[in-house]
Amino acid sequence: MTDLAVPVIRAAKSRRRRGIAGVSPRMIAAFLIPFFLPFVLFYIVPIIYALCQSMLVVRRTAGEFGTSYTTFGGFTQYIQAVQNSEFWGSIGRIGLFGVVQVPVMLAVALLIALLLDSPLLRLKSFFRIAAFMPYAVPGVIAAIMWSFLYSPELSPIVTLLQDIGLKPDFLGPSAVLWSIANVSTWLWTGYNMLVLFSALQAIPQELYEAAKLDGASNWTIALRIKVPIIAPALIMTTVFSIIGTLQLYAEPAVLQQISTNISSTYTPNMLAYAIASGNNYQQAAAVSVIIAIVTFVLSFGFMRLTSRKAQA
Amino acid sequence: MRRGVIARESRVSKVAAMTVMIALAIYFLLPVYFLVVAATKPQGDLASTFGLAFSHFHFWQNLSTLFGVDNGIFLRWALNSVIYAVGGAAVGTLISTLAGYALAKFHFRFRETFFSIVLGGVLVPTTALALPLFLLFSTVHLTDTYWAVFLPSIVSPFGVYLARIFAGGAIPDEIIESARLDGAGEFRIFFSVAFKLLSPSLVTIFLFQFVGIWNNFFLPMVMLQSDQLYPLTLGLYNWNGQISRVPLLQQSVITGSLVSIIPLIIVFLALQRFWKTGLASGSLK
Repeated sequence: MTDLAVPVIRAAKSRRRRGIAGVSPRMIAAFLIPFFLPFVLFYIVPIIYALCQSMLVVRRTAGEFGTSYTTFGGFTQYIQAVQNSEFWGSIGRIGLFGVVQVPVMLAVALLIALLLDSPLLRLKSFFRIAAFMPYAVPGVIAAIMWSFLYSPELSPIVTLLQDIGLKPDFLGPSAVLWSIANVSTWLWTGYNMLVLFSALQAIPQELYEAAKLDGASNWTIALRIKVPIIAPALIMTTVFSIIGTLQLYAEPAVLQQISTNISSTYTPNMLAYAIASGNNYQQAAAVSVIIAIVTFVLSFGFMRLTSRKAQA
Repeated sequence: MRRGVIARESRVSKVAAMTVMIALAIYFLLPVYFLVVAATKPQGDLASTFGLAFSHFHFWQNLSTLFGVDNGIFLRWALNSVIYAVGGAAVGTLISTLAGYALAKFHFRFRETFFSIVLGGVLVPTTALALPLFLLFSTVHLTDTYWAVFLPSIVSPFGVYLARIFAGGAIPDEIIESARLDGAGEFRIFFSVAFKLLSPSLVTIFLFQFVGIWNNFFLPMVMLQSDQLYPLTLGLYNWNGQISRVPLLQQSVITGSLVSIIPLIIVFLALQRFWKTGLASGSLK
């Protein structure tokens, strides 16, 4: 799962350690193959397979009842995919979701990390554990828990809001996207917080001392010194949040069980699954490839953009 | 005077900080508290009593109902989850560490190329792999088997990344050189020297992969048809989908959700420090 992944990448080039010479190539292969063989089989081959499948079309020899055969179709599947209005619907939803949910979640994560790193708070380890705890909960179960808190019959939240005269409808057509966003935020804020908090903890204290002597407030120190230093960690959490958003499946699939306002093509991943369930594997492969390419372009694009800004 | 201003400012900040943090802690803990309360109620009280207050204590009966549904299939799912997650993470940690150690400690051509490929793998959206994996597995008739979930789960590019960072930092070249002078083979050195020096890091790598597999839903859903092979996530999802037809299942979904998250939360609390090492490496390097 990419969910697992945290800050990465820039280590690639800077990390040239001395290493040890004089190990035979056969020995090196013996260390590498146990990982790289399954990596090729279960990562690389599926990618190539999906690319090949997405280039095929199923045709019939004569009209509706002829025998079907598979043949090369070029970009036919991709053209069909982007002409599907449900495809754009799912992209639009996920785009809106990402533009709102990712910044909100990371802002809250950053706020908690800064508070835990400041002298302002007591009970720090309790708060840290409380925020990180949802990471232990599988997405499906988090969505099930929240679905009870959204349902008009069971939810104590709905009861409380009704008592003060509101009529909340967490599963209504316009609200349900944000109800899903809330589940994601609940699940991942603590994890991102811990990434940012670990980065903050690695900053040497001496860096703040001069600012403190000048009478800078905790907030000035946090915003002017700490946040710029942990920018790489912020970039990585953003990239992995983008990847996670584009893969959204479990949470909307669970809420679909209690809300009629989530179609079976609500997110790009649900769309791909729905198309595959209809046995149109070539079209599903094309959608999967598009999801992967969009993910790559967005995550690399974001990293390039931010690294250029940092250099300027 | 200036000092007085700062003192007042910091008192206000402290109250504000505590208020914000308490509100957030309630937000994070509320759903789990709700689940605990709901799991102790009889089915009939779920809708008729207030969700955040305890009513009749019915937890033990709920538990026995839960483990009785479909001849105890819940226990089977729990066992499957343990098999997938413990087995997959154990094998995954071993192969990731072997590769990461080699990438950190051996000199060879294309070493950086290999590492770049691994890093590219970290960015691959794994759910996009699930459908093509299903088609590939069906050509060799391996869908709807334990292998269909287990085999793809052992691959963790992020684990290799962590292993390389940790091995580069924790194992001095001199120790390897001297073990070699004593006549130890490379694997002997790896298992006796490197494994020991890396053991805290191995826990970190294992934990990340364990949670990833334990929480995985899309891959098992695509691969598995027979409910005997389901992990907890997929099983509870299926029950949840049947509530409208079998309303009595609702209490089992609630109790089952609680039972499946409690062990993991305990493991999390017990092994907290290992998360921090894993999360810290990378972001600032």
